[in-house]
Amino acid sequence: MVEVRLDAVSKVFARSGDPAVDEVDLTIRDGEFFTLLGPSGCGKTTTLRMVAGFYFPSSGRIFFGSDDVTRQAPNKRDTGMVFQNYALFPHLSVAQNVGYGLKTRKVRGTEAKRRIDEALEQVHLSGYGARRIDQLSGGQQQRVALARALVIRPRTLLLDEPLSNLDAKLREETRLEIRRIQREAGTTSVYVTHDQAEAMAMSDRIAVMNGGTVQQVGAPEEIYRRPANRFVATFIGRSNVLSLPVVGAGPEQVEVAGPDGVTLRAAAPEAHGLSESATALVSVRPEHVRLTGLDAAGSLSATVVETEFTGMSTHVTVDLAGTPLHVAAVQLPAGLTTGDTVGVVLPPEHLWVVRP
Amino acid sequence: MGGPAVSVRTEPDAVTSAETPAAASARRLRSGAVTGSRWFPYILVLPLALVLWGYIVQPMLATFSESVAENAGDNYAGFFTAGGVARQSLINSILISVASVVLCGVVGVAMAFLLRRFQFPGRGLIEAIILVPAALPPLIGAISFQLLYSETGILPRALQQLFGTEEPVLAVSGIAGVLVVHTFTMYPFFYLAASAALRGLDPSIEEAAYNLGASRLRVWRTVLLPMLTPAMVSGALLVFMTSLASYTAPLLFGVDQTMTMQIYINRTNGDMPLASTYASVLGVVSILFLLAMRWYEGRRSYRSLSKGVASHRREVTNPLGRWLAMLGSLAGVAVLLAPVATIALVAFSRDGSWTTQVIPSEYTAENFRTIFAEPRAFEPILNSVTISAVATAGIIVVGVLIAYAVRRLRFVGRSLLDIGVMLAWALPGTVVAINLIAAFSTGNAFSFGQVLVATFWIMPLAYFVRFLPMVFRSTSAALAQIDPALEEAARNLGASWPRAFLTVTVRLVLPGVVAGALLAFVHGVGEFVASVLIYTSQTEPISVAINNSMYRFEMGTAAAYGMLQVVLIFVVMLVSGRLENGRSSRSAREATQWAG
Ligand SMILES: Nc1ncnc2c1ncn2[C@@H]1O[C@H](COP(=O)(O)OP(=O)(O)O)[C@@H](O)[C@H]1O
Ligand SMILES: [Mg+2]
Repeated sequence: MVEVRLDAVSKVFARSGDPAVDEVDLTIRDGEFFTLLGPSGCGKTTTLRMVAGFYFPSSGRIFFGSDDVTRQAPNKRDTGMVFQNYALFPHLSVAQNVGYGLKTRKVRGTEAKRRIDEALEQVHLSGYGARRIDQLSGGQQQRVALARALVIRPRTLLLDEPLSNLDAKLREETRLEIRRIQREAGTTSVYVTHDQAEAMAMSDRIAVMNGGTVQQVGAPEEIYRRPANRFVATFIGRSNVLSLPVVGAGPEQVEVAGPDGVTLRAAAPEAHGLSESATALVSVRPEHVRLTGLDAAGSLSATVVETEFTGMSTHVTVDLAGTPLHVAAVQLPAGLTTGDTVGVVLPPEHLWVVRP
Repeated sequence: MGGPAVSVRTEPDAVTSAETPAAASARRLRSGAVTGSRWFPYILVLPLALVLWGYIVQPMLATFSESVAENAGDNYAGFFTAGGVARQSLINSILISVASVVLCGVVGVAMAFLLRRFQFPGRGLIEAIILVPAALPPLIGAISFQLLYSETGILPRALQQLFGTEEPVLAVSGIAGVLVVHTFTMYPFFYLAASAALRGLDPSIEEAAYNLGASRLRVWRTVLLPMLTPAMVSGALLVFMTSLASYTAPLLFGVDQTMTMQIYINRTNGDMPLASTYASVLGVVSILFLLAMRWYEGRRSYRSLSKGVASHRREVTNPLGRWLAMLGSLAGVAVLLAPVATIALVAFSRDGSWTTQVIPSEYTAENFRTIFAEPRAFEPILNSVTISAVATAGIIVVGVLIAYAVRRLRFVGRSLLDIGVMLAWALPGTVVAINLIAAFSTGNAFSFGQVLVATFWIMPLAYFVRFLPMVFRSTSAALAQIDPALEEAARNLGASWPRAFLTVTVRLVLPGVVAGALLAFVHGVGEFVASVLIYTSQTEPISVAINNSMYRFEMGTAAAYGMLQVVLIFVVMLVSGRLENGRSSRSAREATQWAG
């Protein structure tokens, strides 16, 4: 149980010139469940593997508490890793897999047996100890991998997309389980995923990554409500981002000129640095845009381009003064079809200025 | 050497692993849907079963009855009396085989690790030529090692001159010589198996062990070695079987007391019952190993559960390491290419000009002119090509049909058919020859009442038995990759069974069949082990001509014949590589493995 700190960590793989991970600074608090979230290829795995010690950073330092582990061998780091493909030893039984790390730590005999049983019980696999790995389902294998990483009581738990090989329903059940077990153990955990729903549901804090750099670090709600830049806004929940001219700027808010000569007020980060006649990027989430009649107060007129019924809501794409705008509507104005003109309301409390 | 047609088995799991995608439909197809007739399979299978019985199983039984016909007690008692030749031969054969397994295991696994796990200057070149020594035809391969490393060999004499000593330096002879030949020609069994296992090994499993705190040594002991065990066990079984069947190496290095040599010696002395006794014992041991291998393969192997994560080769970075690696690579290349280079060099030497010099002193292209222009010298070439072509024709027909029956039809005794072919593969060439002599020294139903011994026909028959498994295997592997639904689609569109079979299935397996057939043909052209027991002066094949030239000290002529075989095998390797393009170049690899 320890704080993990990455200090300007970069990784350049020999052949390609671009760094896979570029000057990443992160502090993962003691006992925290911390997620690296980002699209495929953004450097999440590389970052995690540097924490595990499978890659050494090209520059920068990594600390576990006050220990500098930057160049320490992976077998000396005392981390527990859950691999994407589980990496269970196919020639060992379930119990032997779980006991592997105990053996390397010279925990033997009844103590080892007790801890293996305990770990298996924790992942609801009591009685499966003698099974061979190929006699388990994907979900069970996943839990063995988790038990194997936890039984050694590692300083940090590292998980690389551990749920990506499970089907949707099992994924949701398992993420709750992982979180429950992690809370009980209180282990500092770094979790890698490209699935934002998973990250939102599980994490204490999230680092959103893109192109090898960290875009934003924050609690799920903060990242959702206050995305730092266009990338985070569109990656999390597919926000609409409108480029609008600034007509008035104050601390923590700006006024922009919308279509139809309407002035819109949007919240902005403290040091937004925008002044009159600059262009602001205003984000608004599809679920916050309201469709109304044309006569409603403060409504802008738009043309319906496409509607798609998804069950819980209907996704409507409208054309707002030449810009496509995505709307998730729970209830549609009766008889709405493609080509209709509708009123669109952008509620000021949900408008937020993001950086480019 | 002298052994089973090992080539077809270099990747024991290739067939089974290729099976999966089409397996379900294959099951559907076997249930008789193809032809609509429940009896159809038997009409096809009966003649095939008769062929296997008549030319493989029945001859084996004939050998056994020959061995017990008169004073059986004495014949077999020899294996149990201390100090006897029989007992000593069995012990020697087993000891040589065990030593070969150990040596090949060390060399093969080390090479696999080196080439799979490290990046160093020269790695690519070594990997490209690593199978060259094993690709040589059995006799010419053994001769090249003799010319290189024996007391009269190039290396010991060169060292002798270099150091000015009385005696050749580092010369190998006797059993040591046999072991050198075995190591160079059989380590690919371990190399290929270990290399494939390492490639299939998911690197994250190793990482998981490090993550859990294991040291490098512990990862080796608890993860890598256990996961490589299946590969090493099948490599060991193959090397053991092949060494046991080895005939040319003991022949050239004069180790008389081995099983294969005793068969040869007793047959040559006219003691057919005793030769049959040795052949029976060797045959039974080989079959036991075959069964052991089938049993072991039936168990699961630790294939990686996941794919796509490339393991990275560790770059050798420190300058001293790079220099050493470079020197090592150069030495490796020299050692790997030396046998072929020696044969090529000697092929251009004047007969009789090489006596005590390090390398021959006079060079000429005369030898090649002789073997092509002189009718008597050209005859062995003609014989080999004719015999091999006749045998290959039969192999294609029977091999393809058996493969089709085993893979695609459902009938009682399917696995017996499979085992029949495997038997042909497991029997040493020497034993195959003795079996045919025992069975066809009088006429029987399968020879249409004719005596075959000392006729032309016993030659292609022996080649047929020895190399049938090659076409069977390659066809079988090709069939496994074709979804039977394709044939069903043709049927659905109105094609009759023969038409569907010809236009779809045959067309698609053709590259596999051709690759297997080419392989069988070149193995026929290089065949020595069985031929030497059954040839007559009219049917003398190339390898026997080489052997006889060596006895007359006409090394240039012998090597010139050898070069023909060598060129042919490398051409075929290239062609089959092309044929199998897209798939792994499995035939090419198989072609590199000779039945010595
Ligand atoms: N071992 C490696 N050698 C070279 N490039 C690599 C290696 N591992 C990852 N990369 C590259 O680094 C970038 C980040 O990869 P990765 O960390 O695996 O992304 P993620 O896990 O976020 O999908 C990618 O462009 C990838 O191609
Ligand atoms: Mg990844």
